[in-house]
Amino acid sequence: MKKIEAIIQPFKLDEVKTALKEIGIDGMTVCEVRGHGRQKGHTEIYRGQEYNVDLLPKVKIELVVATARVEEVLRTLAFAARTGKIGDGKIFVYEVLEAIRIRNNDRGELALN
Amino acid sequence: MIFSAIAVLLLPVVAAAQTAVPDEATVASKLATLEAATKSAQSAGDNAWMLVSSALVLMMTGPGLALFYGGLVRRKNVLATMMQSFVLMALITVIWAVVGYSLAFGGDSPFLGDLRFALLNHVGTAPNADYAATIPQQTFMVYQLMFAIITPALICGAFAERMKFSAMLLFMTLWALIVYFPMAHMVWGKGGLLSASLGGKIPCFDFAGGTVVHITSGVSALVCALYLKKRLGYPGEAMKPHNLVISFIGACLLWVGWFGFNAGSALAASGLASSAFVATHFGAAAAAIGWILAEWLHHGKPSVLGGISGCVAGLVAITPASGFVKPFPALLIGFCAGVVCFLMVAKVKHHFGYDDALDAFGVHGIGGTLGALLTGIFATNAVNDGFKDPTGRLLPLGLVDGHPTQVVNQLVGCAISWALAGIATVVILKICDRFIGVRATKEQEIEGLDLSLHGEEGYIFEN
Repeated sequence: MKKIEAIIQPFKLDEVKTALKEIGIDGMTVCEVRGHGRQKGHTEIYRGQEYNVDLLPKVKIELVVATARVEEVLRTLAFAARTGKIGDGKIFVYEVLEAIRIRNNDRGELALN
Repeated sequence: MIFSAIAVLLLPVVAAAQTAVPDEATVASKLATLEAATKSAQSAGDNAWMLVSSALVLMMTGPGLALFYGGLVRRKNVLATMMQSFVLMALITVIWAVVGYSLAFGGDSPFLGDLRFALLNHVGTAPNADYAATIPQQTFMVYQLMFAIITPALICGAFAERMKFSAMLLFMTLWALIVYFPMAHMVWGKGGLLSASLGGKIPCFDFAGGTVVHITSGVSALVCALYLKKRLGYPGEAMKPHNLVISFIGACLLWVGWFGFNAGSALAASGLASSAFVATHFGAAAAAIGWILAEWLHHGKPSVLGGISGCVAGLVAITPASGFVKPFPALLIGFCAGVVCFLMVAKVKHHFGYDDALDAFGVHGIGGTLGALLTGIFATNAVNDGFKDPTGRLLPLGLVDGHPTQVVNQLVGCAISWALAGIATVVILKICDRFIGVRATKEQEIEGLDLSLHGEEGYIFEN
């Protein structure tokens, strides 16, 4: 099992969710984060005081998938999240040691959706 | 027989002719009743307007100023900031009732009132002919109270995010006694040194409080900002307004409420009230445009914060002028205030580096001074016919009336308010610091005053 962590543009979330659902991936965790890679931020001015805002709003999607499906999920996710411009985001893949469905104690890949 | 028949026929006519002419006593009594009814109707109209005005001015403090200031601070200090405005609504009310009204409006000495109205003695439904002859004195008293409440609340903008609540309570109590009541008496009280219409030696035109409210609070704010020093992390750390939405709402409440502040200062539902209403509105509008334009040219984008700051600056500047100037000079005064206060806040403050957190000095101190001086220029008896010489002829008011020395009087009024507010605030701060300590600790400031001083959080989104 692998954990896929994708940091994407917030306005791409709906497209990514739809694309993942179409290949049968239902379970995910989403949170709002702030960050940047090479993307420049913007300047805000309040009563003459300038502020450089370089931590930009992003969305982080976390999903755990069966190893066999990882490549397909990565391709689908990246394609849906891509605009081609700086700021599109990144995807990371981690090894997962165990997964448990709380409701009925299913373990391993059985616990995944 | 024909004569008696004619006499009988004519009798009703003769009788009717006699009852058609009432006697003098009846006419006199009918006229007296009519006069009383007219006076009563005028009083009803005046009192209705003045009670509404009083409510409008209180609304300016709560929630107007509370929201305006609250939205400009960081989230961790939103409640503490609102609490400062709110508690003054309560605290100043009590001080006013016990001794404040009397010290401001009792007696006729030049500097401070006496105690004839202490504990609101003699303040009932009968009018006080010295101040507002057509409304109950209670109405006049409560209207003035709302001014006494908002003036100290304005100062809070300077020491936002770092003042101890307990010290603020002591500070404001002393400030009301030492600065506000004397200043109010000098400008608006009978016999006050700067009174324009009640026998002042140096008549200063201040219709609704440019000197009494804005200069005193603005200058005191500057002193506080300098004494308490900068917030931790200022100016390097980001201290953006955490909620401009509520600041916007607060500013609009201030604009609307200001009609009570300025037009209500006519103390009657009169033509002068209409004139002041119009001047107020025009001043706000022009100032918003002035600030927005200045900011657009300077920074490249017009901002909401700029717009609302501008309208407040205009309202401040038009305050002393509102019952004295025509509509187009009001536009000019407003526009000047918008541009000047923008420069104060965006350039001068950063140049000198003091932390007047919410620009109480830049907007109220400078805006009030500008407005007071421009009043000396644009005041005209074409708007305000309340000043006559012993023969009943209208006196010239400002420069436009051919009375340029009025500007000198305005300068004196400004100087006195600057001096009183400045010096007294230093003394009061030292007293408060000696006995209580005015600044919150580093830990309290970092945690945020809402939690550290009040045990509360403004926004709890999880539930």
